[in-house]
Amino acid sequence: MVTTYSQETAFQILDPEGKIVGPVPDLSNERLLAMFRWMWLARKLSDKIIALQRQGRATTFGSLVGQEASAIGLAAPLRPEDWLVTSYREIASHLVKGVPLATKIFSFRGCTHPSYPVETHCLPIQIVIGTQLLHAVGIAMAAKIKGDPIVAVGACGDGATSEGDFNEALNWAGVYKAPVVLVVQNNGWAISVPRHKQTAAPTIAARGAGFGVPSRLVDGNDVLAVYSAMSESVDRARAGDGPTLIELLTYRIGAHTTADDPTRYRDPAEIEVWKAKDPIARFKRYLVGRKLMDDKKESALVEEVEAEINAAVDEAEAMPLPSPEEMFNWAYAKPFPRLEEERAMLQHYLAK
Amino acid sequence: MQSTMVEALNQALALELERDERVVLLGQDIGPNGGVFRVTDQLQKRFGERRVFDTPLSESAIIGSSVGMAAYGLRPVAEIQFAGFLFLSMSQLVTQAARMRFRSAGAFGCPLVVRSPFGGGVRTPELHPDSLEGVFLQTPGIKVVLPSSPYDAKGLLASAIDDPDPVIFLEHMKLYRSFRQEVPEERYTLPLGQANVVREGSDASVIAYGAMVTVALEAAKQIEERSGKSVEVIDLRTIWPLDEATITASVEKTGRAVIVHEAPRAGGIGAELTAIINERCLYSLLKPVERVTGYDVPYPVPGHEDFYVPNVARVTDALERALAD
Ligand SMILES: Cc1ncc(C[n+]2csc(CCOP(=O)(O)OP(=O)(O)O)c2C)c(N)n1
Repeated sequence: MVTTYSQETAFQILDPEGKIVGPVPDLSNERLLAMFRWMWLARKLSDKIIALQRQGRATTFGSLVGQEASAIGLAAPLRPEDWLVTSYREIASHLVKGVPLATKIFSFRGCTHPSYPVETHCLPIQIVIGTQLLHAVGIAMAAKIKGDPIVAVGACGDGATSEGDFNEALNWAGVYKAPVVLVVQNNGWAISVPRHKQTAAPTIAARGAGFGVPSRLVDGNDVLAVYSAMSESVDRARAGDGPTLIELLTYRIGAHTTADDPTRYRDPAEIEVWKAKDPIARFKRYLVGRKLMDDKKESALVEEVEAEINAAVDEAEAMPLPSPEEMFNWAYAKPFPRLEEERAMLQHYLAK
Repeated sequence: MQSTMVEALNQALALELERDERVVLLGQDIGPNGGVFRVTDQLQKRFGERRVFDTPLSESAIIGSSVGMAAYGLRPVAEIQFAGFLFLSMSQLVTQAARMRFRSAGAFGCPLVVRSPFGGGVRTPELHPDSLEGVFLQTPGIKVVLPSSPYDAKGLLASAIDDPDPVIFLEHMKLYRSFRQEVPEERYTLPLGQANVVREGSDASVIAYGAMVTVALEAAKQIEERSGKSVEVIDLRTIWPLDEATITASVEKTGRAVIVHEAPRAGGIGAELTAIINERCLYSLLKPVERVTGYDVPYPVPGHEDFYVPNVARVTDALERALAD
């Protein structure tokens, strides 16, 4: 059993053949091509970090291959002043939001600390499953209190919907009519636990109703559908009409992380079914139909993206690692004697 | 049988499931996946989904429903995937599991075991390696076990499952596969609350647990080679209840004590042990008690963890200070 419901019944603009089956959002050719490029960048970056991890040049990493339409579509409608708060899975969404590629790669050298530029309005990636949704709601509430017309987007996976925090975030978002969009990338699995063992609800989107939060079920491999649903919900939130829950139906093609072995729990046939729904191929068919893309242009674009990633890897690997004693810099705003003593202790051993 | 800690734990769980119908295993990814570290490998296949099952991704629900299962007469063994995520179940652990017996004046117990991997040196992401034992030391009603070897792990886990009180069983990730040891095939138990003198000595006592036992043993060896001083090493095995008798006997004999733990320094096990030693052994002490610990900062990023976790050099330095006349 893949899921108890299908992408076909979800909101779709492009079917797997790239044929138009819904209202196409009004986007310039440049925007469309930019989104296509972001999707390739997401895929190639994901593959690159996994390769680096295998060589001992990167720490644990979770692939986003297969989820490019969701990753890009959920961030593309956001304005610079909007906030994005996510788990470890949405790194490509952060790039769209303005996080520099080299900064992102640097973090996988085991130095998460020099964080994202604050002006990108992204909190650091969240490791604790689901908890970031409450932060997104809090940001949205704060904006409302201050009268700032911004929107916060909180993103998580399907497993996260089982946590208390997910349910509390929805409840608060509804009660306070917070200008927030909560997005679930339902990629079928939470490590080895399939979606149908996560909740008995027919859809995750269906759970919005119980909290008084309008919700949408969207084909997460259709970048135009994701973009369109997101931009409507973001506009609604900005207009003061409150939160939306969006479920993006997608699939994790790779392992959960570089530490995971999916052959222990997943039928390989399932992966083939989903490969046929590849989000990049689907979008490409649409762009080809509009004469914006062809095989040659695509190969050139992919080459360009790979060169950009390789340059960013070089840049990230040339960055100096933060000194070990920096661990004392960020625990508190101001140093105090005890921590200074411990810093001296560490310095003593570093000098040895 | 030569076993790793992962295999020894797997054997212990299988033996308890076989022996006692009331034992059930629950947690994230413990079924077909066998747990992210394979501690529950094959157990669902052998004992069925009624006894060994995957749960939704909700730590509070895992512990909260385990409290109910325990009250109803089962013996739940819950896995929390990494120790940092115990925080999400903290209310159930501290406000519920720990107090069930106390609140009901003995009418209900909470025979629950919570297993969780923790510990540095394996480059896991944030909140995976954090040492939380000090937090549980401040939680009356709970027992806390931290094995340092495959043999101990198997015997202590059997006792923990048999124990009528809630037990937090913390498994150091670095020890999971770092060495094999002869482990009897059959069931055996090691008592909770009893420390193990892993190395006898007469000039100083090092008190450690978990992965720090290996570090302490190496430091003891180096000191002995360097100065001829003989160092005793005590593995606490459980940090609550604490085996005060073994600790005080050792410090009364040696007159010098070094405590080693990975958890932050402030208000931790080291602080408690220092107080106990002051209260009971003051007139035997020849030097102030030394503590070698993690620092008082959040557990750092993977690239920095080697600088945070106490190493042999830090322990030998502390021993040298303690041994100086
Ligand atoms: C609170 C908490 N519990 C457990 C984990 C360990 N863990 C990391 S990822 C993961 C599965 C998450 O699944 P899902 O929410 O569907 O997101 P996905 O990884 O599929 O994008 C688990 C259990 C964690 N990081 N945080």
